[in-house]
Amino acid sequence: MAFSKPDIKFVIAPKIDVPKKKYCRFIRNGIKYVDFKDPDFLLKFLNEQGKLLPRRLTGNSLKFQKKVARSVKRARHLAILPYVSDLMK
Amino acid sequence: MPNQYETVFIVTPILTDDKLKETIKKYVDILKNDKAEIVDEIDWGLRKTAYPIQKKNNGYYYIIEYKAEPEVIANFETLLNRDEDILRFLTFKLDKYAIKYYVKRRQERKTEKKDTEEKKDVEEKKEAEPVKSE
Repeated sequence: MAFSKPDIKFVIAPKIDVPKKKYCRFIRNGIKYVDFKDPDFLLKFLNEQGKLLPRRLTGNSLKFQKKVARSVKRARHLAILPYVSDLMK
Repeated sequence: MPNQYETVFIVTPILTDDKLKETIKKYVDILKNDKAEIVDEIDWGLRKTAYPIQKKNNGYYYIIEYKAEPEVIANFETLLNRDEDILRFLTFKLDKYAIKYYVKRRQERKTEKKDTEEKKDVEEKKEAEPVKSE
């Protein structure tokens, strides 16, 4: 009695969506200073209401997340970025 | 050893051009009188503010970068605070990375200026040449 081999090759279904590894864009691109006078750049770290995005979404390292936060707050004080808004993007 | 600082301030948009230049010059002179070394000045011009300040929707932004002793700042800030023509201001100390960044940006701005000037020259020459041939 010859056993026919089963068609299924994987016992555990392979993960279809492998999440991309997050990285800190400042370290990767060698940026050392976060300029608060550049609103277009800071927009990447805000949501639509103008709130700061958490580190788990942006992937920033702790050092640069703090710097981003400080820059955003300075920009808000000088009315370069809004404190609150709807549909910023 | 003097620290390097940067002050950004917003002047009201209702002033006339002459008065605006006067107020800006006043503050630059105050710094110079306090023996501060002005490194750079950036005229950002009239910009729309992200939210109304004192019921005004735009303001004239001006940036001064300077080296000064820490005692100078307190005096400078009280003067800015008392002036009703200044809507907002922000002074902060530049760290070493910031100074590097600003030096780099200044060089970029200079090269940009040169490029535009060269382009202008080339364009002028181009304009001048066909006239000659005609």
